[in-house]
Amino acid sequence: MKTIKIKKSEWAGAMDKARNTYRLAGPVKHQDYHVFRELEAAGIPDLEYGDLRISPKTVVMPQSEPMFTFNLDEHKEDHHVLHEVPFDDTPRAVVGIRPYDARAIQILKKNFDTDDYQDPYFLRRYNCCTFIGLADTDPSPTNFSLSCGTGPFDETDLDMLLVDTGDDYIGKVLTDKGEAFAAAAGFKETDAAEADATIAEMKTKAEAQITTGVEYDNIAAMDELTLHQAPFWEEIAFACINCGTCTFACPTCWCFDIQDEVEGKHGIRMRNWDTCMSEVYSRHASGHDPRGKPFQRTRNRFMHKLKYFLDKYNDGIMCVGCGRCISQCPVNIDIRTVCKTMNDYQPEN
Amino acid sequence: MNQYTERIREIAKTLLREGRVDVVIGFRKASLPYMAEPVAITREAEADQLIFDCNCRMNLANYVTERTDNIGIVAKGCDSRNLVNHIIENKIARDQLYVIGVPCTGMADKNMLLENAEGGITEITETDGQVTIKSEGEEKQVAKADILQANCRTCIRRNPVIYDELAGDEVAELELTDRFADVDEIDAMPPEEKSTFFDNLFAACTRCYACRNACPLCYCPTCFVDESRPQWVGKSVDPVDVKTYHFLRAFHDAGRCTDCGACEAACPMDIKMRYLTRKTIKTCVDRYGWEVGMNLEDRPPLDTYSPEDPDEFIR
Amino acid sequence: MTLPNPYQPYPVRIDNIKTETEDRLLKTFTFVFLNPDDEDKFNYQAGQFAELSIPGQGEIPIGIASSPTEKGFVKFTVFRTGKVTSFLHSMEAGDIMGIRGPLGNCYPWETLQGKNILIIGGGFAFTTLRSSIKMMLDPVNRDRFGNIDVVYGARNPGLLLYLDELKEWETRDDINMHITVDGTDDPDWPYHTGFVPKITEDVAPEADKDTYAIICGPPVMIKFTLPVLENLGYSHDNIIMSLENRMKCGVGMCGRCNIGKELVCKDGPVFTLAELNETPREY
Repeated sequence: MKTIKIKKSEWAGAMDKARNTYRLAGPVKHQDYHVFRELEAAGIPDLEYGDLRISPKTVVMPQSEPMFTFNLDEHKEDHHVLHEVPFDDTPRAVVGIRPYDARAIQILKKNFDTDDYQDPYFLRRYNCCTFIGLADTDPSPTNFSLSCGTGPFDETDLDMLLVDTGDDYIGKVLTDKGEAFAAAAGFKETDAAEADATIAEMKTKAEAQITTGVEYDNIAAMDELTLHQAPFWEEIAFACINCGTCTFACPTCWCFDIQDEVEGKHGIRMRNWDTCMSEVYSRHASGHDPRGKPFQRTRNRFMHKLKYFLDKYNDGIMCVGCGRCISQCPVNIDIRTVCKTMNDYQPEN
Repeated sequence: MNQYTERIREIAKTLLREGRVDVVIGFRKASLPYMAEPVAITREAEADQLIFDCNCRMNLANYVTERTDNIGIVAKGCDSRNLVNHIIENKIARDQLYVIGVPCTGMADKNMLLENAEGGITEITETDGQVTIKSEGEEKQVAKADILQANCRTCIRRNPVIYDELAGDEVAELELTDRFADVDEIDAMPPEEKSTFFDNLFAACTRCYACRNACPLCYCPTCFVDESRPQWVGKSVDPVDVKTYHFLRAFHDAGRCTDCGACEAACPMDIKMRYLTRKTIKTCVDRYGWEVGMNLEDRPPLDTYSPEDPDEFIR
Repeated sequence: MTLPNPYQPYPVRIDNIKTETEDRLLKTFTFVFLNPDDEDKFNYQAGQFAELSIPGQGEIPIGIASSPTEKGFVKFTVFRTGKVTSFLHSMEAGDIMGIRGPLGNCYPWETLQGKNILIIGGGFAFTTLRSSIKMMLDPVNRDRFGNIDVVYGARNPGLLLYLDELKEWETRDDINMHITVDGTDDPDWPYHTGFVPKITEDVAPEADKDTYAIICGPPVMIKFTLPVLENLGYSHDNIIMSLENRMKCGVGMCGRCNIGKELVCKDGPVFTLAELNETPREY
């Protein structure tokens, strides 16, 4: 697999070329920060970003996605029958995704692609994606991806890894799909040995910048019920206002709600991101609510991310250390602190 | 503001030691230097966790709604007005509260703090109206007045309206010249421009409800967005549904909002939704001469009927 | 490449609606598949549930009341309680809607082969128990099971589900029916009067390794029946329960029905008490 280089001054042109083959998704500036989304007609992925508040999760799982359409007019044929919403499966290039956000998409896939059921909405998007990663050369103080099985330069779940070297991006082509994108964008090959050396040096520097992390060996060893019944949850959750900030910022959170919306005789069934923090998340129609107290919902979220997922899939925690929840939480609920409290817990026998 | 921290700790220790309250609700140091975490302490030994500084952006009145215990509560000017409103609306009783009043010189805008540091912020301190922002290898001093949170720039009441004890000397109130300049600017827009303004304002909203949940006024057992019979508003990020949510919430808060800024401080997408509530505040000032939460005697005009009400809107 | 879509319901027509209880809150809906092939695909076992799907309203997870031995239709008994169930109750025979499923696990029929079965039901939780009884009593299946004892109770006779069938089963000698009501002013009431836990205590067989209890009912009934079973010697591995929880997708993806790491829609709704003892009580 080769190594490529593209001058930043030629980036827009390269993306225009790539657009002949791919629909592009990437970071876009909004006010003073960036969000990741599918780009309109002539949009260029903006790789000069630091604060990406909405993660690339939106490409494989948009916040609001129509699933079916239906008509309720009994004079029409096929009334009350659900019709799948058609999907444009043109290849998508997810450009500028951080390595840990790419790892997050693999975590999402564990939920949506199982032996028993496959979610077609997630998979039809995922299957047409090529992941062109962007190394995080300046990880934020809230980034702890190294202790989450990934990292700012991790190549594992990418088709290409781009690295910002100042005037250029150099890129390691990692798979055939990455190769195809390089060709479509007209990236030029560059000397591999020199590029590798630069990347290795920048990787070491970036990784050294991450001085914060989590440990979960004791969480793994402990019994689920013991952790659930630990006495610290109400204190941890006191400040929590049970909004959806952390769940929507999180690239690994996958909960969704299904809603029908009707206008006249025509309707759609859609799914929307949902948050386990919401009062109605678990509330039965009878009014019975197994997680009626706010701290029970806060506890459920952390137990899911740091224990239930860990036990169920045996592949680390359901967190990639991106740090978005920490920097966006209005009341400073810090998952690193919660993880430490859980991991340090010594139940009195 | 260090004097406040010391005094709050002393008061909290006394209250807990003497059993005059079951809990003291205040702020503690956060894991991020530009934030503060609301905390509830129940033992004297925990009182040294309490702090007060320019990062205490949340409104602690949000945490007392329908509690049944005796509560010591740290309250800046706006928070104290919300406590008054809570008492009037029967969400808490006056005699349950021991209000530790904090004469407040304003909160620092989180984004402006971050803009003033190249790398990550490591420490924020404040002395005499100057805020020192330390980051990796750099230290910058800015005047707090230059990085004040938007709502603090038009604050009408820095000193607590009710309190059992003050944690510091009262401060001079601001002399405001054009308090509603921001609202007037939008009011002056022609309809199409105004409509586009609000479309853009809410374009990034993700329906996370951080604004609603940070707001002490939003305590409905079931919020209108969660009702299903009938369903008033859709739950997606459809722009019409997003605006419906924000506009309706502003109307529900009309005549009750103290402009504490917790909503904007909480919003992860930096949406300036206070334009809506500030419009309602201006309307209440202009029409009814009403400022909410200034004393325990006056009921808000929107829940009182008087035969003398002008009612020109239905003439 | 089209992927199979687990969110796509089979279109069905409401063939019949029967009001089961005198308070009119429970109705049994008989559905017929619009496409006959779909009935074969909807290959279910007693204990499973399905999402009843009403375009424009939403979906509800309801236990399947019909038995797999009953052909040509499927039956669900639905309690009117919220937005979608109320709308369903207002629908008429001939209306079109959808069914997704079968979903969830079933009662552990493999394990139950050759065993004695004690079924305990209360109120409107009896639906999947009807499915189970009808399946077991079918001549094809009956001799695969040992003794069958049933205790089923409701507040009064007007609130019992499937009363005609209960009466018919009561006359059979291959099943021991114990129908009970909490109270009645009918002097000719031929069956038991008393709460389900008490009747269970009176009539249930002692436990042995070959006897399993399947229990479905409101939390208060379960709370007082479990100690009775424990006194009779039933181990927690031999007590089988079926849970309810708020659901949306029904296929283990939307996340909300979790109890600990188990998803009630996919790892359940059937669990043994031993399994439930290991999970947080969030249901």
